[in-house]
Amino acid sequence: MSDPMDFLLWTKGPMFDWAIAIFALGMLARIFEIFMLGRKTNYAEPKGSEWGPGFKTMLTRSVADPGTFKRAGFDVLVGWVWHIGFLLVLFLFIPHIELIKSVLGLSWPGLPNPIIDSIAAVTIVGLIAALIHRLLHPVKQHLSTKEDYFIWAVTFLPVLTGYIAYHRLINPYPLALGLHVLSVEVFLIVLPFTKLTHMFTAFIARWYNGAIFGRKGVES
Amino acid sequence: MSDLSLERGLNALRAEIDAPVAAFFSSCVHCGLCAQACHFYVETGDPKYTPITKLEPLRRVWEAEFTILGRIKGLFGLNEKVTDEMLEEWEPLLYDSCTMCARCSMICPVGNDLQYMIRKTREGMVASGHAPEGLINAASRAVRTGSPMGLKWRTLEVQIKHVETSSGLTVPVDKEGADYLVLLSSMEIINFPEYLEAISKIFDHAGLSWTLSTDCYEATNAGIQIGGKDIAATLVQRIVDAATKLRVKNVISPECGHAYTAVRWEGPNLIEKAYPFKVYHIVEVLEQLRAAGKIKTEGKEMDRLSMHDPCNLARKSGVIQEQRNLMDLVAGNFVDLNEHGRYQWCCGAGGGVSSNERAEELKMTAFKKKKAQIEEVEPERMVTMCATCRTQLEEGLEEFNMDIPVVGLTELIADHLVEKKKPA
Repeated sequence: MSDPMDFLLWTKGPMFDWAIAIFALGMLARIFEIFMLGRKTNYAEPKGSEWGPGFKTMLTRSVADPGTFKRAGFDVLVGWVWHIGFLLVLFLFIPHIELIKSVLGLSWPGLPNPIIDSIAAVTIVGLIAALIHRLLHPVKQHLSTKEDYFIWAVTFLPVLTGYIAYHRLINPYPLALGLHVLSVEVFLIVLPFTKLTHMFTAFIARWYNGAIFGRKGVES
Repeated sequence: MSDLSLERGLNALRAEIDAPVAAFFSSCVHCGLCAQACHFYVETGDPKYTPITKLEPLRRVWEAEFTILGRIKGLFGLNEKVTDEMLEEWEPLLYDSCTMCARCSMICPVGNDLQYMIRKTREGMVASGHAPEGLINAASRAVRTGSPMGLKWRTLEVQIKHVETSSGLTVPVDKEGADYLVLLSSMEIINFPEYLEAISKIFDHAGLSWTLSTDCYEATNAGIQIGGKDIAATLVQRIVDAATKLRVKNVISPECGHAYTAVRWEGPNLIEKAYPFKVYHIVEVLEQLRAAGKIKTEGKEMDRLSMHDPCNLARKSGVIQEQRNLMDLVAGNFVDLNEHGRYQWCCGAGGGVSSNERAEELKMTAFKKKKAQIEEVEPERMVTMCATCRTQLEEGLEEFNMDIPVVGLTELIADHLVEKKKPA
């Protein structure tokens, strides 16, 4: 695989299939292992319902309450900036949409390249800010494990290598693109076994939170 | 409690792990925002009080035994173990620095209900013999005497006589077929006897059929505070038995926060069946009476009043507007604290902290958050509806030399009732 084109074909071929398979099966297993634990029957007379409030919290918990925003505005803003940037670049960069179309058959309109480019740059800055905050804030220092830094790198690399490939900062191009694809595959492979699972499980967690409070007549 | 052991503790933790717990731990990204929601962190600045770290014993058991990767790591002996030493270290984190106020549960961006898991983790702490002395004593007194403070019916009987003499009313005791069984808390009986007089007056005014029970008058539940299901179930069963014996349709939980959580939400699950009666907090009953036009008041308090929402009542049970409607009846100059209702800050004494002598200093430090909130709106008096909150507010305000009296909402309503016309 000394030829960059061979490397690119390997990342787009067998390695891609493996990554998708590990991600899909791993994530299914993780979700299964959550739901199979179930919940005990709740005999207390409900004051409100579970389903509606559960779904509502799945959305509303994306926005911090005013008090938390005031106390931890940097956390909230930086988190928003890089999460939104990451999702916009992932789903609205035209070559990404074409790839998704070739795999799933679904497509939608994208954003012009210069806009995606700027969003990617902001996302990179946001992720670096998040890393610095993790290194410096006492609570984050206390909480952080090796996995937190590893996952930061696993998240940062696809954005960085994508930016590098787009701007041809590494040559030849097949090598740059191959590195980008490989970094995404690493992301997919580790996703089901690390805190990256929150991409899916946070919505389950939020549903339970909304449902537990909703049953007691509290909006959470 | 000689048969408590690490293995029993681990089994208790295993038994508590359910789908929500697995979803919560799977979702934590170590963002640390829960710390910003916690008065113990906010007032000390010590990161060890970050709520999610308090749950590490439960998280370790979940990771090692309830995840694929954890089981694989287990084959190579790579999992972090829960040991007696660890639980000893975590005991103050789980008991002294957590009031189970659930503010972090309301803030966590991924939706983790941390309070739900603290409650569960305490089950493991009790079963492994790592619960604080103060709470163990309160729980054993509650089981032995019916009261966490060791009160006997005789003490309450004296209060009843006193109320009857001063109000000229009869306090109904063991009245079969009454609509409402009234429960009290020992704290109220000792510190705030005016509560019993207030409900006697209000219920007489509204024509409510009610009774006390000599079999069971205590609503508080040290079992749910310490995290001992068997103790908690025993205490709840006493209420169910008394209510069933007197054939009441409703049970009224007093001006106490955790008692309401215990009787209203946990009770049926502790005894594993639905109740044959309904449970209300006194504030809910007063609001029903107000809405039905059965409470007629005259005059209003004209000094600047503000209100502390007990966590168990507001954030954990959705009773938020009710107390404000009642305040409207009797307060002409009411101002809410800036963060109130579901985002209110805990007084610092709930979740068993007030029964845990070791936590005394930390409890007062945590109170500084409430103090700051009170200072922002500068009330002349505070109103609340939980005896533990009220005691903490009184002690805290005194500690910081703030001359702000604290009153119970029920008494405030009773003070403004239109006097009944005496028969000619």
